[in-house]
Amino acid sequence: MRKGQHRFVAGFLFFPVVLYLIFVIWPYIQTFGYSLTDWKGQSQTFSFVGLDNYTALFKDDVFMGAIWHNILFLVFIPVITILLALFFAFMVNAGGRGRSGGVSGVAGSKYYRVVYFFPQVLSLAIMAVLFGAVYRSDGGGMLNGVLIKLGLVDPDRPVEWLNEPNFVLWALVAVVVWHGVGFYLVLFSAAMQSIPRDIYEAALIDGAGRAQSFFRITLPLLWDSVQTAWVYLGIAAMDMFILVSTMTAGDYGGGPDHHSEVMSTVMMRNFLLYGRSGYACAMGVVMLLLTLIVSVVMLRATRRERIEF
Amino acid sequence: MGSTSAENDGTGSTENSTAGVGRRALIKRSAALGLVSVPAMSFLSACASGGGDDNSGDNEGKTSESNPFGVKKGSKLDVVIFKGGYGDDYAKAWEAAFKKQWDVTSVHTGTQEITGKLQPRFNAGNPPDIVDDSGAQQIPIDVLHKNGQLLDLAEVLDAPSVDDPDTKVRDTLIPGTLDAGMQEGKVVALNYIYTVWGLWYSGKLFEEKGWEAPKTWDDFLAICKDAKSEGIGGLAHQGKYPYYINVAIMDLIAKKGGLDAMKAIDNLDPKAFVGSDAAQEAIEAVYEVVEKGYLMPGTNGLTHTESQTRWNQYKAAFITSGSWLENEQLKTTPEDFDMKFLPMPLLPDSALPFEAIRAGSGEPFIIPSKAKNLPAAKEFMRRMLSKEWSTLFAKEANSLTILKDGVDPNVQLRPGTQSTVEASKAAGDNTFRFLYTEWYSEMGTAIENASNELMAKRIQPKEWLKRAQAAVDKQAKDPASKQNHRD
Repeated sequence: MRKGQHRFVAGFLFFPVVLYLIFVIWPYIQTFGYSLTDWKGQSQTFSFVGLDNYTALFKDDVFMGAIWHNILFLVFIPVITILLALFFAFMVNAGGRGRSGGVSGVAGSKYYRVVYFFPQVLSLAIMAVLFGAVYRSDGGGMLNGVLIKLGLVDPDRPVEWLNEPNFVLWALVAVVVWHGVGFYLVLFSAAMQSIPRDIYEAALIDGAGRAQSFFRITLPLLWDSVQTAWVYLGIAAMDMFILVSTMTAGDYGGGPDHHSEVMSTVMMRNFLLYGRSGYACAMGVVMLLLTLIVSVVMLRATRRERIEF
Repeated sequence: MGSTSAENDGTGSTENSTAGVGRRALIKRSAALGLVSVPAMSFLSACASGGGDDNSGDNEGKTSESNPFGVKKGSKLDVVIFKGGYGDDYAKAWEAAFKKQWDVTSVHTGTQEITGKLQPRFNAGNPPDIVDDSGAQQIPIDVLHKNGQLLDLAEVLDAPSVDDPDTKVRDTLIPGTLDAGMQEGKVVALNYIYTVWGLWYSGKLFEEKGWEAPKTWDDFLAICKDAKSEGIGGLAHQGKYPYYINVAIMDLIAKKGGLDAMKAIDNLDPKAFVGSDAAQEAIEAVYEVVEKGYLMPGTNGLTHTESQTRWNQYKAAFITSGSWLENEQLKTTPEDFDMKFLPMPLLPDSALPFEAIRAGSGEPFIIPSKAKNLPAAKEFMRRMLSKEWSTLFAKEANSLTILKDGVDPNVQLRPGTQSTVEASKAAGDNTFRFLYTEWYSEMGTAIENASNELMAKRIQPKEWLKRAQAAVDKQAKDPASKQNHRD
């Protein structure tokens, strides 16, 4: 390297690194510090309690339940979203069988591509309101209204979607998937378009059907994007705070009776409502560790040989 | 093209292509890790704090008979108002009056996010001067108090009243209304609004159907049955927030078992629920409504606005709520709805009479102990308890305050509010008020969860009693709960 280059680089890095240290690293450290105290959240008086918060955490059924719900989200949200997005992206880009024998999307694919992206434009808060109306627990709800009209549901006993322990998590998964598919469709579409057409055409000539060209060509060449999508969705699944806290019953959501609780809602309730802020900070630390572990594992597990073209 | 490489996708054109991990892969990976930290971060940083600092502004003026706290003219007052069911117009009217009187300019904040806006300020030692700490996102009073953030309001309450300088402010209030603001024997929050809780119905609907307002639980069930046969729900409640139905359950317990049954719960008695006949009969009575299908269909999952609007559309005979209901539903209530309040109907052999109601003060106003302009804040609170400001409130917010005869008789009240005035007159001294909700947020939430399960028929009364008792027993183990006790 040329002389002075280090100083030049360091000069550029100095302020961002300082900002990062102050606003990112320092709060992490502070939180860890608070997690060892009985801080109540509204003043700066507290005493040191060692690892008591952490031991209490592992005996806390509500928090343990919340971790399981997050894990369930972690498994189902990425799998369902990615599969749907891949399927739609493939149909939109290469699923059609054109008259001229070239590779193209199904009829109307340009239209679908725009429509699928609509949900992504909505903020999560609006989604919560929207799906609140869909899942509404009386005949005024969209799902209930349709099901009652079809005679599948008794008008005196409408399905209380978000108040049913067996449905509530799936109802939330459906919202996230609906929201996410459009974005990943566009992501995968962009990646698919960079796959040279001649590969597909060669496969076509060799007699490959839709399924074969998808599994033998599209998927391997898209692996990088799928991996990215997986990490993104995994992180979203570890969070879920906005939807759970606004759509489900109780203060900061999590209802009915903790059946939809996620780590972040339990944390917020303890932090703000119960005034057990030190304990909530311990939850924050556990959340951070779990999220880090999950992303590292996902990045490792999905690593494949990369094909260049 | 077609070459494969696991890690190294450098093309060899740059010097550092020999590194084990390709540059692009490295960037991608670190970006992914950066992303990881984003969602976790937003929660972690909520825990972070700025340091505390002390900032003693010079806001002391000279005290005099008409200025007992020494308000300094020309100073500034930082007012934060919960802008919920009552809006915040009343506070603006007060602030204008205050400005006229003392030349103190108010910095007004009307918000629903009390916690979000104020928690950082409390932690930084920089709180507002007076706060209406209410709503779903209120900072719990017990939490604030435990952290030494609240001013003991004795000084304001023992000051001379604005209307009658010979009387202390304390003695101009409806008896018992200060209790809800007590923490460890001190009044630290002024619950300003006089609220009554119970059932509500539409006078018009009842007249149409020929129903009489029920005084006993059996009459109540009979109306529910009748309503069901007419295709409308008997009882509606705000299921997404089990707070509401819990009020009805607890009121039945208190009326059946008397004040002792109520105090047993507040004082964390080991027989507050399991082993209490009142609790058992009350919860079985409520469960009967569920079992016989008298609930408005779907009400268990509705929000307060959804269910109350349904009730306004004559889809249910009764709904549970406090007296903020009328103001909250102003826009959806039909002109001729004729909203009426009803005390909880009686179970057989109840200890309290039918007229007895849960009544008390709500909407806690607090003065932070570290407020910058304490003199003006105290004076502001003293003025709030004057007839002039109390009337301003009744006009702007359709509700009563804790000031005895606090409303100018010339102010015309809406039907629901009028019926609460009559009900509270009929009740006289027969009012009661649970305090565990102010003292033990966690226990309250646990009982509400159990009630939610009961209403959805997922648990039986026996299980409800067990869970409620477990919540009480758990709270009793907390050494801090020894400091709260009522006789």
